[in-house]
Amino acid sequence: MKLLKTLAASTALAIGLGAAAAQAETVRIGLVVKALGIGFFEAANQGAQDAAKELGDVEVIYTGPTSTTAEGQIEVINSLIAQRVDAIAISANDTDALVPALKRAMDRGITVISWDSGVAPEGRSVHLNPSSNALIGNMCVKMAADVLPDGKGDVAILSATPTATNQNIWIEEMKKVLPNYPGVNLVTTVYGDDLADKSYRETLGLLKSHPEVKAIIAPTSVGIVAAAQAVADEGKIGEVMVTGLGLPSEMAGHVQSGASKSFAIWNPIDLGYSATMIAYNLATGKATAEPGGTIPMGRMGDLTLDENLDGAMADPFVYDASNVEEFAKIF
Amino acid sequence: MTMLYDATRFAVPDRLETGWKPRLLRWETLLLAVAAAIFTFNALSSPYFLDPWSLSDATFNFTEKATIALAMALLIIAAEIDLSVASIIALCSVAMGAAAEAGAGTGVLVLIGLGVGALAGAFNGALVTGFGLPSIVVTIGTLSLFRGLAYVVLGDGVYKNYPDSFAFFGQGYVWWVLSFEFVLFLALAVVFGVVLHKTSFGRWIYAIGNNPTAARFSGIRVERVKFLLFVLSGLMAGLASVMLTSRVGSTRPSIAFGWELEIVTMVVLGGVSILGGSGSIPGVVIAAFVMGLVTFGLGLLNVPGIVMSIVIGVMLISVIALPILWRRLQGN
Repeated sequence: MKLLKTLAASTALAIGLGAAAAQAETVRIGLVVKALGIGFFEAANQGAQDAAKELGDVEVIYTGPTSTTAEGQIEVINSLIAQRVDAIAISANDTDALVPALKRAMDRGITVISWDSGVAPEGRSVHLNPSSNALIGNMCVKMAADVLPDGKGDVAILSATPTATNQNIWIEEMKKVLPNYPGVNLVTTVYGDDLADKSYRETLGLLKSHPEVKAIIAPTSVGIVAAAQAVADEGKIGEVMVTGLGLPSEMAGHVQSGASKSFAIWNPIDLGYSATMIAYNLATGKATAEPGGTIPMGRMGDLTLDENLDGAMADPFVYDASNVEEFAKIF
Repeated sequence: MTMLYDATRFAVPDRLETGWKPRLLRWETLLLAVAAAIFTFNALSSPYFLDPWSLSDATFNFTEKATIALAMALLIIAAEIDLSVASIIALCSVAMGAAAEAGAGTGVLVLIGLGVGALAGAFNGALVTGFGLPSIVVTIGTLSLFRGLAYVVLGDGVYKNYPDSFAFFGQGYVWWVLSFEFVLFLALAVVFGVVLHKTSFGRWIYAIGNNPTAARFSGIRVERVKFLLFVLSGLMAGLASVMLTSRVGSTRPSIAFGWELEIVTMVVLGGVSILGGSGSIPGVVIAAFVMGLVTFGLGLLNVPGIVMSIVIGVMLISVIALPILWRRLQGN
């Protein structure tokens, strides 16, 4: 009888301990997206699940509102706080409106990071940018140099509006790296205002006024499609190559036709993977967020933080005939 | 039975008194049972639900909407509607943001929020009562107009220079886990309940909703009552704007986008007839809790939001269909 009692007690204790240990071991990370049902974020979730599998003791809760509102995301954050998750990794619908809710999450001991679309610094620890302006500028010029015969020839840029902040920064960065590509000769920049028809007409004009141009860099998803269409319509496939930043779903056809050999944009799978890795490492204390520090991101290398605790994940991901079809289904 | 009462067929049957009261009592009891069932389900299905702070956090998800729903209930009982409430929130928020940018203090900001809300409501009321326009058309128009004004002023910018003390209205607690928002909502619910159910003003609202012509002939100043109700609806939207702006600590013109339908849903779920003339404040308050509990409970289980929309939609259709089916069955 006594033996039985002891056995029962120790078994119960063991089960209790085991359960407690399992509870404590699993790191739960809420991956909050702008809205559910968007291919880009579904792909990010796929990457996050990959990271969870690799880490083993991680559960990723993929969640988000039905429409891209800040109020909807606050409801989701409240529910994650109530579930006492270990970390929240969010792509924000509003830089500022989420700050009070996320501050409360941090007050209750939850690690908060933002990725893709950032939260103001006071509402998170780390922000993960998919890439950096310098890396984007460099990648655009590199892709152009790769398609020029022997890396030599004239290139032109088709931008959005002359006042578009992002495009102007990227063009500036391209100009900075030009000395590294001695064969590449930038002849002109034209502006399509991010309108399909204007971008198309500007490209036609460019092909007439600068027939020596061998590559067009369009760092805008609207411009790159219009430029590829114009090159195809003018029968210049093979003579003039289009590259820049675009969406796989919109560019797949032009890669098939040969108007564009390659283009770049972030890879959502890598982004979700890295966000999960960072959230895990911060929540478990394996890394700390401090200016100038680094946080490991598994197969994506290390994230280096700047003074605002922002970091850039990697070079923009290059899409070409080998992978564009696969990603065209995603975004 | 009919033989006995045959002589009274010349009297006007007072359906208002004998008809709606027992039915509504039944309706509120049913809603309360639904709320209790959802509460129990949530408590059993998630270990995190029965936590005072979790429950307190959950109230933030519906308190502002429920505050507007109180005024909306009065309007719908009077057979009118205000679909511009969410846009009024945006307009008030932008006005407060601009004032905060200019250095206004917390007290002034609250007055501006309430004032702009009341003015916007008065604008709706004047169009409806002054020109005799249908309120659904007028407020669909002002839904675009008010939101449009907010966008014209702010564009893709943001106002976020609110004074620190302003945060109290949306983030402050009166006592322990009881937030200012929630306590204010409960107090307002009592006030609205008393006004609607215990004062002659409340009786006028029912009379107008049932038969505006008869109400006018019995000496009720129909236009004036309706105008006041629109001002009240705007004022509550202004109050909700103060709380929401304080809660998110910033203003963008997209603030509270799409809330008008959730508020109307709350009112109808609470048993207020969309045709006017019947409904009660307790019903609306319970409906607000039901919606809050459903959303939060499913959220704790990480059920995707679209499933929540389906649940709310099914509940709403049941609310409208059940009484009609009930009456048909009784008729047979």
